[in-house]
Amino acid sequence: MSRVVVVGAGPAGLAAAWAAASVGASVLLVDSGVAVGGQYRRQSGLRAARTPVHPLIEWLPETSVWAVESMAGGHRVRLQTGAADSPGRTMSTVDTDALVIATGAYDRVLPFPGWDLPGVYTAGAAQALAKGQGVSVGRRVVVGGTGPFLLPVARSLVEVGAGVAEVLEANGIGGSWGWRRDPLGALGKVGELAGYGVMLARRRVPVRFGAAVVAAHGESRVEAVTVARLDAGWRVVAGSERVVEVDAVCLGFGFTAQLELAVSAGCRIEDGAVVVDPAQRTSVAGVFAAGEVTGIAGAGPAAAEGTVAGYAAAARVGRTVAVPRDAVRTVRAGRRFGRALAAAYPVRSGWRDWVSADTVVCRCEEVRMSDLCAAVAQGALGMRAVKLVSRAGLGLCQGRICGRIVGELTGTPFTQNRPIAVPVRLRDLAAVEDEEEN
Amino acid sequence: MSAIWVEVDGVRVAAMSGQTVAGVLLGLGRTSWRSTRRDGRPRGVFCGIGVCFDCLVLVNGVPDVRACQRRVADGDVVRVQCGAELPGEC
Repeated sequence: MSRVVVVGAGPAGLAAAWAAASVGASVLLVDSGVAVGGQYRRQSGLRAARTPVHPLIEWLPETSVWAVESMAGGHRVRLQTGAADSPGRTMSTVDTDALVIATGAYDRVLPFPGWDLPGVYTAGAAQALAKGQGVSVGRRVVVGGTGPFLLPVARSLVEVGAGVAEVLEANGIGGSWGWRRDPLGALGKVGELAGYGVMLARRRVPVRFGAAVVAAHGESRVEAVTVARLDAGWRVVAGSERVVEVDAVCLGFGFTAQLELAVSAGCRIEDGAVVVDPAQRTSVAGVFAAGEVTGIAGAGPAAAEGTVAGYAAAARVGRTVAVPRDAVRTVRAGRRFGRALAAAYPVRSGWRDWVSADTVVCRCEEVRMSDLCAAVAQGALGMRAVKLVSRAGLGLCQGRICGRIVGELTGTPFTQNRPIAVPVRLRDLAAVEDEEEN
Repeated sequence: MSAIWVEVDGVRVAAMSGQTVAGVLLGLGRTSWRSTRRDGRPRGVFCGIGVCFDCLVLVNGVPDVRACQRRVADGDVVRVQCGAELPGEC
């Protein structure tokens, strides 16, 4: 019980593990990847991420947490270890009274006709494949969405030999990329972004503001897309549509925090993020959160939050700690930055007009917009009813991709309540039960 | 990274250790390797980071393996997944 358990080995989780170990706490660091660094290491191309070589840190790679349960004085964390999705993985449990949740976030994507065709990717997928695998998702690619992450994605694509046809920022230039007022200025990101701008200009890649991909066309894969200008509310400007021939589309409309473990632990969630106090404590005693799960602000603030959370978790298991002031300052600046970022790159409701009746909304269960409308017309009220009647969100991804989309289309908020956080094969689940009976 | 061999839909292909199944398949020019259960529509990588479960594939006879997360091992047998499959079917 006296061991700190850190879930997620991205910038926040790594920093938490190091901080806790540095004051003498014993740490178990769990991550689903084969290397530490999380998505950030891959996305930034930072090859030499620190490996958690510290005598007090035990690092469990290729390990997913599939459940977190409350128990007397702490939490029970259920793990499966082994090659991704292979049967017969090692099942184990660890009990802790200091749990640090640093599970990060994933790309938010909006639906439109044809977004389920092969060749449509999230921006994060294009980045992961380029940086991690040296593979380009296409020869001629459109990058679209909103936010500063689109530019490094375009650069990664160029670096692996893709032709980037255009980059489309759905928000207007005034509201978002007026860099003097932009929150990115506050964190010294303007130079970095200007660098991307120069690179794209040199390659004659047009960056357009107030525009988006609103349809993808093709039989068995993307062959072309419809690009349209958007008004301030993200409705298509009539007559502005044009067809662009591409073989891939990369989309990113900000990020969604990976909240299921925090939800399982009973942590208070507000506006899609875990609520934490200045010591990164959640509303549940013995549970701490750090990084993108507490709000999207990037790797620097995430690592600072991890440091603070690591010290707080170590204090919880009896270590004497003094939290470094610079980490606390960076956390505070990161919070302000995150709020400003969200305000500068909003997702406007006009995207709902891009969706047609036969647009697939839930990719796993192939639920179309017309199915959703029928469910609501039948009187389905609340998340559970919408799910059970339409089947949206009942597939393998457990609503991670469509939850926010369906929530907004039906006016029914979808929570990330997933008591079993990742799929577990039945024989492995059975093995756990056998062991607990013995 | 060292060279290894894997079998993709009956054809022996060279791969590097450390590559994911998706990396190998995309490198071969493939964009889809699964058909959906309801409409039989083609699917490949979408999220690329293990979240969406779109890129499912059969590895060594086991269905529902995320191609973007699974790293290839020497001698792995990879095959397209047709709709919902049980181990050992199709």
